[in-house]
Amino acid sequence: MEGVRPPEEWIRAAAETPRGYGAMKRKEDARFVRGRGRYVDDVVLPGMLHGAVLRSPLAHARIVAIDTSAAEAHPRVRAVITGETLAVLGLAWMPTLMQDTQAVLATDKVRFQGQEVAFVVADDHYAARDALDLIDVEYEPLPPTIDARRALEPDAPVVRDDQEGRTDNHVFDWSSGDAAATDAVFAEAAARPDQQVIGADVLYPRVHPAPLETCGAVADMDPVTGKLTLWTTTQAPHAHRTIYAMVAGLPEHKIRVVSPDIGGGFGNKVGIYPGYVCAIVASIVTGVPVKWMEDRSENLMSTSFARDYHMRGEVAVTADGRLRAVRVHVLADHGAFNATAQPTAFPAGFFGVFTGSYDLEAAHCAVTGVYTHKAPGGVAYACSFRITEAVYLIERLVDVVAHDLGMDPAELRRRNLLRPDQFPYRSATGWEYDSGDYPHTLQVALEKAGYDELRREQAELWRRHAAGEDVPLRGIGLSFFTEAVGAGPRRTMDILGLGMADGAELRVHPTGKAVLRVSCQSQGQGHETTFAQVVAAELGISPDDVEVVHGDTDQTPFGLGTYGSRSTPVSGAATAIVARKVRERAKIVAAAMMEAELEDLEWRHGSWAVRGVEGASRTLAEIALAAHSDLELPEGVEGHLDATTVYNPPNLTYPCGAYVCVVDVDPGTGEVHVRRFVAVDDCGVRINPMIVEGQVHGGLADGVGMALMQSIAFDLEGNCLGGSFMDYLLPTALECPSWELGETVTPSPHHPIGAKGVGESATVGSPPAVVNAVIDALSPYGVRHADMPLTPAAVWRAMQGRPLRTDLAIS
Amino acid sequence: MQVPASFAYERASSVRDALDLLRRHGPDARPIAGGHSLLPMMKLRLAEPTVLVDLGGLAELAGVAIEGTNIRFGAMTRHADVLASPVVAEHLPILVDAERVIADPLVRNRGTVGGSLCQADPSEDLSAAFSALRASVVISGTNGDRVVAVRDFHRGPYETAVAHDELVTDVLVPIRPRTGSAYAKVERRAGDWAVAAAGAVLTLDGDRIADAGIGLAAVGATHFVAVEAEESLRGAPATPASFTTAGALAAEHVRPVADQRGPVDYKRHLVEVLVTRTLTRAAARARGEA
Repeated sequence: MEGVRPPEEWIRAAAETPRGYGAMKRKEDARFVRGRGRYVDDVVLPGMLHGAVLRSPLAHARIVAIDTSAAEAHPRVRAVITGETLAVLGLAWMPTLMQDTQAVLATDKVRFQGQEVAFVVADDHYAARDALDLIDVEYEPLPPTIDARRALEPDAPVVRDDQEGRTDNHVFDWSSGDAAATDAVFAEAAARPDQQVIGADVLYPRVHPAPLETCGAVADMDPVTGKLTLWTTTQAPHAHRTIYAMVAGLPEHKIRVVSPDIGGGFGNKVGIYPGYVCAIVASIVTGVPVKWMEDRSENLMSTSFARDYHMRGEVAVTADGRLRAVRVHVLADHGAFNATAQPTAFPAGFFGVFTGSYDLEAAHCAVTGVYTHKAPGGVAYACSFRITEAVYLIERLVDVVAHDLGMDPAELRRRNLLRPDQFPYRSATGWEYDSGDYPHTLQVALEKAGYDELRREQAELWRRHAAGEDVPLRGIGLSFFTEAVGAGPRRTMDILGLGMADGAELRVHPTGKAVLRVSCQSQGQGHETTFAQVVAAELGISPDDVEVVHGDTDQTPFGLGTYGSRSTPVSGAATAIVARKVRERAKIVAAAMMEAELEDLEWRHGSWAVRGVEGASRTLAEIALAAHSDLELPEGVEGHLDATTVYNPPNLTYPCGAYVCVVDVDPGTGEVHVRRFVAVDDCGVRINPMIVEGQVHGGLADGVGMALMQSIAFDLEGNCLGGSFMDYLLPTALECPSWELGETVTPSPHHPIGAKGVGESATVGSPPAVVNAVIDALSPYGVRHADMPLTPAAVWRAMQGRPLRTDLAIS
Repeated sequence: MQVPASFAYERASSVRDALDLLRRHGPDARPIAGGHSLLPMMKLRLAEPTVLVDLGGLAELAGVAIEGTNIRFGAMTRHADVLASPVVAEHLPILVDAERVIADPLVRNRGTVGGSLCQADPSEDLSAAFSALRASVVISGTNGDRVVAVRDFHRGPYETAVAHDELVTDVLVPIRPRTGSAYAKVERRAGDWAVAAAGAVLTLDGDRIADAGIGLAAVGATHFVAVEAEESLRGAPATPASFTTAGALAAEHVRPVADQRGPVDYKRHLVEVLVTRTLTRAAARARGEA
């Protein structure tokens, strides 16, 4: 089959390993395809016990009493821990990454369905699970606050009555941009006959990252050394270690956090969950290692969800389609605890980039966060700290404007995209976009898709549909996104005071083989390959000769971890810089070896050579051996070639992309079939194009899932309606077309190797393309907006002019 | 990992042995065929049988064959084997249509015809398809066999005519000449339960409809069938107008409930669309046109 043949360069990659950048098979896959990965649940220690969490069946209730006696009497149960046990240790509550507090085990009340109430420790997982049924919790049910749009009403039940004096569910107000300037443009547009204001209410429903591996930990507190080793599903091992030290009062040098192979994170594994803390306490209490692994429903119902943004967006626009200003109001549902994971000074993440890829005179947004009786979280699922929401809103709005003005959405975008000569571009909300050639990227995508021909086909199908023929409704959807990734400059970005800079250490062994130690951690991104390629490119050696060590705080330098597409922008930069430091040290040694002056040496990809002297050249391996030998070393080198660095990014990197989605909608049933998807990404220099494309493939599938089937809705009692894979639908190969990828390359001017992050680009960019395509298909029915997920029912209801509200139970 | 409560396991060596085991262990024992409904329910602790009687070794219950005027399906015939059967392909296109959209290949490799019927999930596709086909079910007990029309087999959601110490051994589908059939389902995603599904069986007598069977899944149709719509078709001309009328009648008489798959009005609308479409396709197949 022609369609499934991999690109030529991938086939070549199988036969040869590049020295530096280029497609090569992932080094880590050798163990994964053989089933030899080692995940947290594979960690088995002598004498290890197993924990299980009892969870609340109710969204809001007072805990009257907890009787654990029957569970404690179970012959294989070793301990039962409740909020009361933890309160004695001062651990019943823990701080969140957003400086709120979160219950570890509930003491006074439960505040969402699935909240942690007790922790059973038993000889095996089965006994622990059985014992959960033996715990008798007496609840006094209370009315919950579920509908975010009513959370601020005076009679709404107060979620956080644990906080003294609190009488409402307000979490924060945050705004960005110039309100007065924006209002002035809107007033003018509303008044002038050749301009208008166009708006839409847009919901980005609550979704869940649903990594294949759920969250868990093995805690091993050695009672003799006092050292805690924690194998855990974390995307940020160093940050977790520091937080455990701060929260639990354990000395930080006595904590080792190991994040072994991780089966997907997508932001779900950035935060600290009550189960981790319970496992640690249980190990301290029992004196033996304790494992806790949540099951699928626990993961979906209690761990970090994503989105849940209720947005109202308005655009001031001229009659000929010039976007002048954007004004946004957001109601952000944060659940029961404000436990989002993002730079602390950014309560709405990077939502401030909602101006998108367009040149605006003014922009303003106001975000209000509210508590509800739902699971906490908010920033996850490859969202680049809320850029998913921002991009979805602006790309949806642009299509609404195109609809209302009767303009082609491609042409409307073309008229408003930033021009290449405007970079570096300072947006109306203060973000400095580093580089891009947006019109070119859009053009590449339109040509790849055959946009004009697609429009002709669509017109023909619409004509036949109108004539009563049994044909599908064809829809074509565009999105153009700008991402802002690689957090971030430490002067503005930190998490709980920890600046978002990353360390790297590079050691070169006497034989010239290298070990790179990085602070970030892989959940499947291919760091062991990509970062080896960066070192290989800088030192002129094979990536196979570079071992990448990550995920173990005792073995790696400090850094903030892997999320927000920050690994290549930050740790990748640190890697290039530390390799350059090694290269410079090698130069000094090489000069001594060849008795040459430093200024006479030149780098010839892998060797230092004396300029103009035939044969006077030393490879990195030769230099490394000399650096460890009895060679008398000159000033500036104490011995060896090893180097360390810390990289503090001067700015974020701004990848972009143009996506085109083609769908067919069955007008009788509302079913959507994604026929084609063209994705042209510009992530600057591509280190390993195969890995980049793999990441794009994953993000596109995510986008199809969110646009068409995924959401976690709640009924008004607070029951989670997406708590299993029977209810929370992930797309399969059958829902995904054969992705058509393309690229443009605009290097980042401030990144050492010109690379930008890409891990989340497709997740950010694809949902609006899919939704825009579906809405486009429905335009013969006068539809201009409908909220995700566009299930068959939601599509049909939109066609009837009675759209579904997708955050609540369908009634 | 979700884990079930503890249970004992017995592997039946014959139908007789299985019946003995079920009788001996009482009503808390459950037979297990493919297990793709029962095991998830056990892991979620929605079901906690004390004993599982595994029917997996009963090769005598597997297979599809023509017997006289019937096609006989052994209860342990896997979905994948139904889909691959040339007999089914020739005579019962409704089952080919249905099997193609039942779950996914992994489930189809394990799940069985008998297990599907006995699970009696209101969204079960085979219950609707066999009801449209007016199949009958052979139920074995220690006192011998009895045959129950599939339209009398289901007693309500997750309830059937099978007693705790009985087993379904066969499903019999009559072969009818000049007959076409079809099945269609709307789902949110491959492998999801149906939002709504419909199956149609039409026997033609020239340009007229001699007999019709309409099965419905997931929409609260009593015994998985649309009797009023069937009645409207009997003797009527095999025309689009008749099919549209039948679709509307079927939609009128279902009692769907709202859930995250859709609101009531949408499910009712789907019944109309799917019944009309499957009748149209069944008629074309009866005429040898498709």
